[in-house]
Amino acid sequence: MALLDILSRFFSKDSTSSKDIARERLRFVLVHDRASVSPEFINSLKEDLIKVIKEYMDIDEEGLIVELENEENSIALVANIPVTGFRRAANG
Amino acid sequence: MKSRVLVITSGKGGVGKTTTTANLGTALAMMGKKVVLIDTDIGLRNLDVVMGLENRIVFDIVDALNGHCKLKQALIKDKRFDGLYLLPAAQTKEKTAITPHQMKNLTGQLRDDFDFIIVDCPAGIEQGFRNAIAGADDAVVVATPEVSSVRDADRIIGLLEASGLENCRLIVNRLRSKMVKRGDMMDIGDIIDILSIELLGVVPEDESIVVSTNRGEPAVLEKSSTAGGAYRRIARRIMGEEVPMYSGDEPENIVDKFKKILKLAK
Repeated sequence: MALLDILSRFFSKDSTSSKDIARERLRFVLVHDRASVSPEFINSLKEDLIKVIKEYMDIDEEGLIVELENEENSIALVANIPVTGFRRAANG
Repeated sequence: MKSRVLVITSGKGGVGKTTTTANLGTALAMMGKKVVLIDTDIGLRNLDVVMGLENRIVFDIVDALNGHCKLKQALIKDKRFDGLYLLPAAQTKEKTAITPHQMKNLTGQLRDDFDFIIVDCPAGIEQGFRNAIAGADDAVVVATPEVSSVRDADRIIGLLEASGLENCRLIVNRLRSKMVKRGDMMDIGDIIDILSIELLGVVPEDESIVVSTNRGEPAVLEKSSTAGGAYRRIARRIMGEEVPMYSGDEPENIVDKFKKILKLAK
């Protein structure tokens, strides 16, 4: 490492190396790319969610919304699932 | 030995697909294998100049597929190795001049005469890409350690898997170990981690590639070329040999050593 590099790194406010920035930006962009590449991905996730939740409560399958939301520094899986009724607790 | 059809692809342009095709093909021919290189970049052919065979082209891949000539007539014999041939792309046609079905037949026909059929894929994910991968057994994805190249490689790997080509391996090209050391370039571990794909090899950034392209002599022919050495090792790996990965440490030359001594003295 050249002396100048060390000095500039030492005095610079931004201590994150550019490779870390590259890696994080890539991780983020790929989550989106991979999810948007296959619409089947969200659909099959939806179907599996319905299967699991139906064991516990009645839901409006038509009104169910599942999507990936892009916030500032993170990606969230947001699911809006209208509940139409509860099963009687079998083991309660 | 059963013949293999290898497609060299990347998504992004300018990351070294053609250089990789030329060098791996030449290295395999140096090892005594019968090799044919197919340039599928119709309209933007370049493998011929990288191989130094541009003056010998009479017929091209479109001529051969459309029956304007026999397949054997379109194959150009390399100047250096008996077992090495090039099937050049057409320069004045478009990617749609050939179909994936034709490509599959073509590579199938070539299997009788060659150990390795190496297909140089054009940049992009359109018909040129679909043509190039049509008859392939294995894919080699080339990426440089940059955000845009790795992102495109990820997309390509997805498309290769979706088309049933699951045997994909990665070559990281143009790695600059000095930049990796100072934290300004993603290292091999970062890239493999993100793409989750098997690593086939690492090729360092090397000025000798420019020189060898200027001359039309693939770098593997040059003993002293670092990139050439890396490609020769990758070729041995393709042959199934266990060869240690490039460590990222360039051999020090006298000037570097001298600079280090000066720095210590300061």
